[in-house]
Amino acid sequence: MDVLENLFTNIALYARNLLMEWSVSYSVIELVILFLAIIGILGLIVLDALILVWLERKVVGFIQERPGPNRLGPAGFFQTIADTLKLLSKEDVVPRSADRWLFLLAAPIVFVPAIMLYAVIPFGKDMVAVNLNVGLFYCFSIASLGTVSFLMAGWGSRNKYSLLGGMRTVAQMISYEIPLLLSVLGVVMIVGSLNLSDIVSAQRNVWFILIQPVAFVIYFIAATAELNRGPFDLPEGEQELVAGVYTEYSGMRWALFFLAEYTNLVATAALAVTLFFGGWHGPWLPSWMWFFIKVYFLIFIFMLVKWTYPRIRVDHLMHFGWKFLIPLSLVNLVLTGVGIEIYRVMGG
Amino acid sequence: MLNDFAGIGVFFLVALSFGILALATAWLVNPKRPNPIKQDTYECGLKTEGETWVQFRSQYFLYGLVFVAFDVECVFLYPWAVQFQCLGLFAFIEMFIFICILLLGLWYAWKEGALEWI
Repeated sequence: MDVLENLFTNIALYARNLLMEWSVSYSVIELVILFLAIIGILGLIVLDALILVWLERKVVGFIQERPGPNRLGPAGFFQTIADTLKLLSKEDVVPRSADRWLFLLAAPIVFVPAIMLYAVIPFGKDMVAVNLNVGLFYCFSIASLGTVSFLMAGWGSRNKYSLLGGMRTVAQMISYEIPLLLSVLGVVMIVGSLNLSDIVSAQRNVWFILIQPVAFVIYFIAATAELNRGPFDLPEGEQELVAGVYTEYSGMRWALFFLAEYTNLVATAALAVTLFFGGWHGPWLPSWMWFFIKVYFLIFIFMLVKWTYPRIRVDHLMHFGWKFLIPLSLVNLVLTGVGIEIYRVMGG
Repeated sequence: MLNDFAGIGVFFLVALSFGILALATAWLVNPKRPNPIKQDTYECGLKTEGETWVQFRSQYFLYGLVFVAFDVECVFLYPWAVQFQCLGLFAFIEMFIFICILLLGLWYAWKEGALEWI
């Protein structure tokens, strides 16, 4: 079990020792280790996307009482790989009237914040690529940059569906960013640090979902809206907007948007696990295995919510965010403060 | 500290090149046969009517303004939350007043109809 537990840290240690023997300078060693971590994370992202696309289709199939993909490989597992190859060989159509540069650049740019989120997430014991002291703050500031690429795609396509979809995405993402930011403040107040590793180690005995249940519910709802997932998937509501911002995209460029969506989903679930479900803490199994069990459980809940609730109306969506979630998260913040003060008076 | 952000910089470069590499791979293998009909703006089989890049309604702008106010507030709240346990009761009451003022602002925006999506 110890071998599995330290598998990834040992690989890093081995590489470090090897480079030390070759007497390479300190900063180069750090850079090589960082690159190893990045390669690991990129592999994880691609693997996660392959599994999640298949899993989502299977879950939808189960909910809608049909088999889902079942031809390629065991239980249709290789369907995603076939789809990827198909998308790779499709023509990349650029509309004549589009703003060419905005249209072309939006797809790679949507991917940048999605990958950068993974830099600070502790995947297991001592398994964090960059142990940033403002990790949580960094996560939210990077995540909110994703809005820009949606606006670029929506405006650059010069298509009425895309424009409406882009405008809705931006309105939705900025509205639900505030409850998202406010909901995790309670956790920050209890821990007294923005470092994600510190937040995980503070949950050694009790998970924060037990202390901050309201914050978790707010986080979950706001994160669903940030990810543009159902029931908040209005930006791409196919009955009214065809495909929203994705309308004019095809081939690999569209696949990048799709991949970024799943990358963001995993990152959001990983952040929720780190903040509310004790991160990598757990008995018997290796720490990173616990982390991924929790992440996949949370993603499963996201999928169930997406496929069992009807899409809500756009004005209801905005009202719910501004008139219910924001006041609720502020009240939760004040109550957490009162709770900590009472605890301090009672304890000290 | 500064080293950490160098790491973030490396992440940025890799993330940017990942998307560009994926597109470059696709560009090497995919067909390129553009024609005028294929490159038309998609609109359910009809010709698109009128201008697309129009001025969006001003109601939308109000959301942006309220968002900026609240987002800046969040930036103020984060350092306070980190130091909360060290600062004691005084800081808590002070921040309570700050949050009350914000709620007052939210109430005003609500009353004036800035939060209505029409």
